[in-house]
Amino acid sequence: MLLIPCPWCGPRDEAEFHYGGQAHVAYPENPAALSDEEWARYLFFRDNPKGLFAERWSHTAGCRRWFNAVRDTATNEIHAVYRVGEPRPVTA
Amino acid sequence: MTLRTPGADLPDHPDRLWRPAEPKRAYDVVIVGGGGHGLATAYYLAKNHGITNVAVLERGWLAGGNMARNTTIIRSNYLWDESVGIYEHALKLWEGLEEDLGYPLLFSQRGVLNLAHSLQDVRDSVRRVNANRLNGVDAEWLTPEQVKEVCPIVDISPHVRYPVLGGTYQPRAGIAKHDYVAWGFAKAAADLGVDMIEHCEVTGLDVRDGRVTGVQTTRGPIAAKKVALAAAGHSSVVAGYAGVSLPLQSHPLQALVSELLEPVHPTVVMSNAVHVYVSQAHKGELVMGAGIDAANSYRQRGAFHIIERQMSAALELFPVFARAHVLRTWGGVVDVTPDASPIVGLTPVEDLYVNCGWGTGGFKATPGVGWCYAHTVATGEPHPLNAPFSLDRFTTGKLVDEHGAAAVAH
Repeated sequence: MLLIPCPWCGPRDEAEFHYGGQAHVAYPENPAALSDEEWARYLFFRDNPKGLFAERWSHTAGCRRWFNAVRDTATNEIHAVYRVGEPRPVTA
Repeated sequence: MTLRTPGADLPDHPDRLWRPAEPKRAYDVVIVGGGGHGLATAYYLAKNHGITNVAVLERGWLAGGNMARNTTIIRSNYLWDESVGIYEHALKLWEGLEEDLGYPLLFSQRGVLNLAHSLQDVRDSVRRVNANRLNGVDAEWLTPEQVKEVCPIVDISPHVRYPVLGGTYQPRAGIAKHDYVAWGFAKAAADLGVDMIEHCEVTGLDVRDGRVTGVQTTRGPIAAKKVALAAAGHSSVVAGYAGVSLPLQSHPLQALVSELLEPVHPTVVMSNAVHVYVSQAHKGELVMGAGIDAANSYRQRGAFHIIERQMSAALELFPVFARAHVLRTWGGVVDVTPDASPIVGLTPVEDLYVNCGWGTGGFKATPGVGWCYAHTVATGEPHPLNAPFSLDRFTTGKLVDEHGAAAVAH
């Protein structure tokens, strides 16, 4: 089980959180202009790295706020957490 | 009285089922991944298509990934025609597989119950039964009392939080011994000339002018006319070596067993709503699984609250399990697609084929996908049964949404 450091509440058990998948996926600025391939890429394709991954979490059983984390999917180690709207921090 | 060495009177070591091979410099087909799907594909390439200059590359030991970790449930009661096509093809192959491979698989058609716990569950289940019957798949809708007749230990009382309102039943469904399935395919394929190469991790794919020409491995480069990926949870990583991105997310999926118990559970029970699936292995363990861990991970372990929740679900359905003990839990890495259906077929790179995205339910398809994927690789054209599962369905929008019948939460 992960111990996730909520940037608002501090470290809490994974069971208090809801997962939101890849972070920093922006809605297309002009959806109508996208080709089918581009739309498919936005809708269905997400990064799936074995390694560092910027992802979204919501502290649903706590402050109920969304935030981002950088976690290593090969080890589950969380390298950074940061607030929505902040850029992805540089991690080792 | 003469002293004897302990064990001297034991029979000799049994014959090896396959000979471990050294990698050759080149093959007609290199299969990446020595799990059930890779082994079945190798077998049908050799048997159905006469292609025997084939290597199965496995980074660990044969069938030590998800093939060693699944809950062995076999069924074909999916909703859509496309899914029934490939899963029912697999089930028909299962029904003759022991004879075909000449190897015991402990294939047991003890049926599967998919329980309904809400009015919407009931409507969806009855719809699925009707769809199955139109597709020639054996399926019945059972009342709670009929559920109890099939599986007497299910609690159908109305006093639980999510009462059993009925269930679908597929009598031809069942379980098989996963290790034996892998060994049977490996032996049969090796007997036909396929090389089984273990401890050989693929670290790169050679692509020249849009065409794959070989693989880089921890045991050196291997040239290949065709490369067939069957790497399950690591598919994104391996396909990435050729610049092919796949709409996959890799998650841990956990399972667990109890200690060995007397036979108490005659069938397979799955419940989407309270969320657990349970069977009893031939040896006597209760085998249970539930949904994936929510967060992406390549770690072959998951969080304990997932186990805790599936145990409480199991206890609600089977109060008799209250005194059983969890003996062992484990996890595997499963590759999940947006529509809970697999991706089998061609890739944008010529001569590179992909079989992935089976998520939580690939075991049941083993012979069926092996058959169809071998056809796809041998002919360069998708087999009609895996044509609907092409990578480009995510662009055309022709998804095969099986979240309902997948029976495992994604």
